[in-house]
Amino acid sequence: MQRRGRGRIAYPYTVWMAIFIVIPLFLILFYSFTEGDIHNIKDLKFSLNSYKKVLEPIYLKVIGNSFVLASISTLICLIIGYPVAMIIANTDVKYRNLLLMLFIVPIWMNFLLRTYAWMSLLSPNGLVNRFLLWVGLPKLEIMPGKGAVLLGMVYNFLPFMILPIYTVLSKIDKHVIEAANDLGGNSVITFMRVILPLSIPGIVSGITMVFLPAVSTFVISGLLGGGKTPLIGDLIEQQFLSSRNWHFGSSLSIILMVMILISMAVMSRIDNSPEEEGRKI
Amino acid sequence: MMQKAIKRIYMSIVFLFLYAPIIVLIVFSFNKSKSRGQWGGFTFDWYIDLFKDRQIREALYFTILIAVISTLVSTIVGTIAALGISNMTKLGRTIVLNINSLPVLNPDIVTGVALMTLFISMRIELGFVTMLIAHIVFSIPYVILAVLPKLRQMNKHTAEAALDLGATPAYAMRKVIIPEIMPGIISGALIAFTLSIDDFVISFFTAGTSATNLSILIYSMAKRGVKPTINALSTLMFLVVLILMIIINKKNDKGEDIII
Repeated sequence: MQRRGRGRIAYPYTVWMAIFIVIPLFLILFYSFTEGDIHNIKDLKFSLNSYKKVLEPIYLKVIGNSFVLASISTLICLIIGYPVAMIIANTDVKYRNLLLMLFIVPIWMNFLLRTYAWMSLLSPNGLVNRFLLWVGLPKLEIMPGKGAVLLGMVYNFLPFMILPIYTVLSKIDKHVIEAANDLGGNSVITFMRVILPLSIPGIVSGITMVFLPAVSTFVISGLLGGGKTPLIGDLIEQQFLSSRNWHFGSSLSIILMVMILISMAVMSRIDNSPEEEGRKI
Repeated sequence: MMQKAIKRIYMSIVFLFLYAPIIVLIVFSFNKSKSRGQWGGFTFDWYIDLFKDRQIREALYFTILIAVISTLVSTIVGTIAALGISNMTKLGRTIVLNINSLPVLNPDIVTGVALMTLFISMRIELGFVTMLIAHIVFSIPYVILAVLPKLRQMNKHTAEAALDLGATPAYAMRKVIIPEIMPGIISGALIAFTLSIDDFVISFFTAGTSATNLSILIYSMAKRGVKPTINALSTLMFLVVLILMIIINKKNDKGEDIII
């Protein structure tokens, strides 16, 4: 009973949370369902207009684009990352940490700088095109555009796919795999029926960790897409910073949150094993 | 044999992909020519320019100042909150932890615009203070999430024993509980610091026009056009983080978990 009283020292933080986490989100919800001058609360009235606006074809296309680009980049990360995670997990323990470090080091460079680096690499006279020209291949003109945005997403988020999958793979009991081999499973069967099912928690958290930042980004599309392929993040940024249409911006934010909630619910359905496994920041 | 070669080649390609932009940035920070594709000879000019640039110096100052203050505040507040949360009733704990994880799960852009909306609705002018508050807001949850598991692992009887043996609650806290959860506090502080240094999106919405941190500056520089000083800046920032992380990981080698 006396211990329960100590819970009180968390009360100041509860108040802080209410002010800086709960109220701001309610404000967004509030603005998304109203219209009128945002600086004059008396002037605001209930309206669904900003949600109607979301349904206009131009904006639906933007939302669709974000979803599709984020999904494709997540898939590419999974296809590239899974073998990498497997290779690291099967490497001699001596070199394993070194390999892991090599994947973590790029994350330490500022996200914007990494994206900026691709801007100069992919530019019409950039190194990539110089190289292609030198080898005699046609020029790669993906920047600004969807291709460059995809590349930026894969580049920035790939380590977030590799790390959770590696964590799960490295924890798989080697005896289980040996048992599968002893029982006559060849390497394909062992992979499909033993390793892959066991690594699903890692795949699930990898997918969440890539999809989430990819679907909400506005930096990558802003720098590499050159405004040609606006994503939902760009729209939200515009509404709050340049167009000053908070109502529309808020409803877009709510849509983004709902999209993410749904995809997370779907993912946790797939991942029926206990949480936290392999989930690391 | 064949398989091994394929693995090697595959890993090399992935590493090339990951490191090419970083190497290019570093190499071109020493390039005399302003163009991005041409090598015009070796120079240190961009580094000298970097230190002369008032804007960059100011942004660096704000970045570090905010990171230090927000790390200190969020580590202290987060640790106290975690201590309280671990003693709450189950229902209270579930509610608090769920709200606490909102900034972790929500996309940064939503956290950013939500805070901006709050500040503007409360007629608080955007600037240094609002950016600092925003950083504390998104850092505390990570500190709590880092400290709580350590509290759960802790043997509850040790603290009780200390109290039975005549220690005041404050003394037991200082001598028994805090040392026991120190690894959690430290990793929480490190996460808070790196998040703050690296943050762009939330700062972008809460900084207004009067305060700029490095990320915001880089974004506007990159949007406006290429300036070789950014290359020099990236190289320096990368080296600093690299050295910092190597030191941290060396210290952590003795069995503690790696901090990414």
